Amino acid sequence: MAVVFDRPHALLDVPFHYCPGCTHGIVHRLVAEVIDELGIEGKTVGIAPVGCSVMAYDYFACDMIEAAHGRAPAVATGVKRAYPNDLIVFTYQGDGDLASIGTAETVHAAARNENITVIFINNAIYGMTGGQMAPTSLPGQVTQTSPYGRDPKACGYPVKICEMLSELEGPEYLERVTVNSVKNVMNAKKAIKKAFQNQIDGKGFSLIEVVSSCPTNWGMTPKDALKWIDDHMLPYYPLGVYKDRSAGIDKFAKKEG
Amino acid sequence: MSEKVLMKGNEAIAEAAILAGCRHYFGYPITPQTEIAAYMAKRMPKIGGTFLQAESEIAAINMVYGVASAGKRVMTSSSSPGISLKGEGISYLAGTDLPAVIVNAQRGGPGLGGIQPSQSDYFQATRGGGHGDYHIIVLAPSSVQEMAQLTIKAFELADEYLMPAMILADGTTGQMMEPVSFDFEIKEPPAKPWATTGTKGERRHNIANSLYLDPEKLERINNERFARYEIIKEKEQLAEEYLTEDAEIVVTGFGIAARIARNAVDEARAQGIKAGLIRPITLWPFPDKVYKKALKTAKRFISVELSMGQMIEDVKLATECKVPVSLCYRVGGMIPTPAQVLEAIKQAAKEVK
Repeated sequence: MAVVFDRPHALLDVPFHYCPGCTHGIVHRLVAEVIDELGIEGKTVGIAPVGCSVMAYDYFACDMIEAAHGRAPAVATGVKRAYPNDLIVFTYQGDGDLASIGTAETVHAAARNENITVIFINNAIYGMTGGQMAPTSLPGQVTQTSPYGRDPKACGYPVKICEMLSELEGPEYLERVTVNSVKNVMNAKKAIKKAFQNQIDGKGFSLIEVVSSCPTNWGMTPKDALKWIDDHMLPYYPLGVYKDRSAGIDKFAKKEG
Repeated sequence: MSEKVLMKGNEAIAEAAILAGCRHYFGYPITPQTEIAAYMAKRMPKIGGTFLQAESEIAAINMVYGVASAGKRVMTSSSSPGISLKGEGISYLAGTDLPAVIVNAQRGGPGLGGIQPSQSDYFQATRGGGHGDYHIIVLAPSSVQEMAQLTIKAFELADEYLMPAMILADGTTGQMMEPVSFDFEIKEPPAKPWATTGTKGERRHNIANSLYLDPEKLERINNERFARYEIIKEKEQLAEEYLTEDAEIVVTGFGIAARIARNAVDEARAQGIKAGLIRPITLWPFPDKVYKKALKTAKRFISVELSMGQMIEDVKLATECKVPVSLCYRVGGMIPTPAQVLEAIKQAAKEVK
């Protein structure tokens, strides 16, 4: 019988610990499919964050490192500098990890155009610790630590990572995608593949922001959570390519003269 | 380089690290150790190595963690406030059983403190410095020659025991210039089959990790690590003993404090006082065996420190408080004089009569 759908080789046969309906599973699969298609599993090192995907090291078949909270880009920098030509290095980080406690590491890895690939899961909440306000939580969003809704006057506005990083000269490629429909999943995979290919080609820092859902901590069914992405997340976090230096795309480039 | 060259202590550390095969250095500017970064910035690009000025001390230690995971020799350096920032990363290195070398050219504290020499990070270094149950190997040079020699030893011990090793220097030993020979025999680093260098499709994936959600497993890992520490305590204690054979007053201190104390011991001997010196070279493991040995004749220990009295606690533990231990100290960047130590020796000699 012909096999038409199977587990990617770069994912181990281990059950995920993720909640039902969580989109981490989809993104893990996309990363693994890309690793398979590029034939790089044997020379890839992944860096897991602190957060829901802390145990990603158990799921990916390539060598893995578990980093301290927010420090994955610095750890990835070390690995890549140790083996600049022999290893492909990616980080997989959530919003608390990448856009709050690890903002400095993110910004400076991008500014150096460090030749690494960053997969950034933005689900606007701290999942692992049970649903607290994230740097990317939307204004008005109710969480355990913003029980009356996020009030920008008291706790500021969400951090828009792709927009912010695209102001830097450094990074090669920044794109925001989502995985709430088949079409969007296909687009996300294309972006992730390009982010890895850029590293193989020595082009430098690529970050793919994946707008994701957290049905458990958003208090919704998985289906409603996917719709909430369309209705609330995407208006605040527009999809698209924010920077692609090789293709001459720079969304916020100042006009000459 | 068998002949001697005149060098600053900090530069000797940097050159020795390169000799030891370290090709990756990450740092952040802070006085009084910036010569190490400056030296690496000059040398590393010429020998195919990496010098990277990180965005923070925290990033620097995590870059170290990355290189260490990938199995290569790697170093960072800082001074007291910067070492506090690295504390998290040092704990992760220890918890992941990764070798790396960290240099602390201590300055006065707490807080921003000052930029003059100090030894007040003794507790932080010898007790680990970060969260959790762990130790790091701590080596205390007291000359520029030892800055070089102990740096090489730090890389070797870190690789052998799979843990971070620290050179606990200070503003004085880092800044002073002395002749130094780099005529060292460098051992080949051991194989690192655990390193995350890619599976190459030939083995199951390696994981560098310090997370164990199963408490029984985490307990077992801690017990195993501490069993390794016991071997280190047994095998790796290092100290210099000077005129301790018949010493009634045993002065003790490390690094710059030991150099000052030694002058005072010589002067005390000239005045007919049976004084001697123990200079710990390994601060962890603390060389308790030489202190126990000195108890045969010692009636009093004097701990000379550039701190409010930190090492003195280990001296008391090593001697089981069998004889009194007194403290002779200056802090805040001030340094005890040989005359101050001599006075303490004379006072002690009077009291034990």
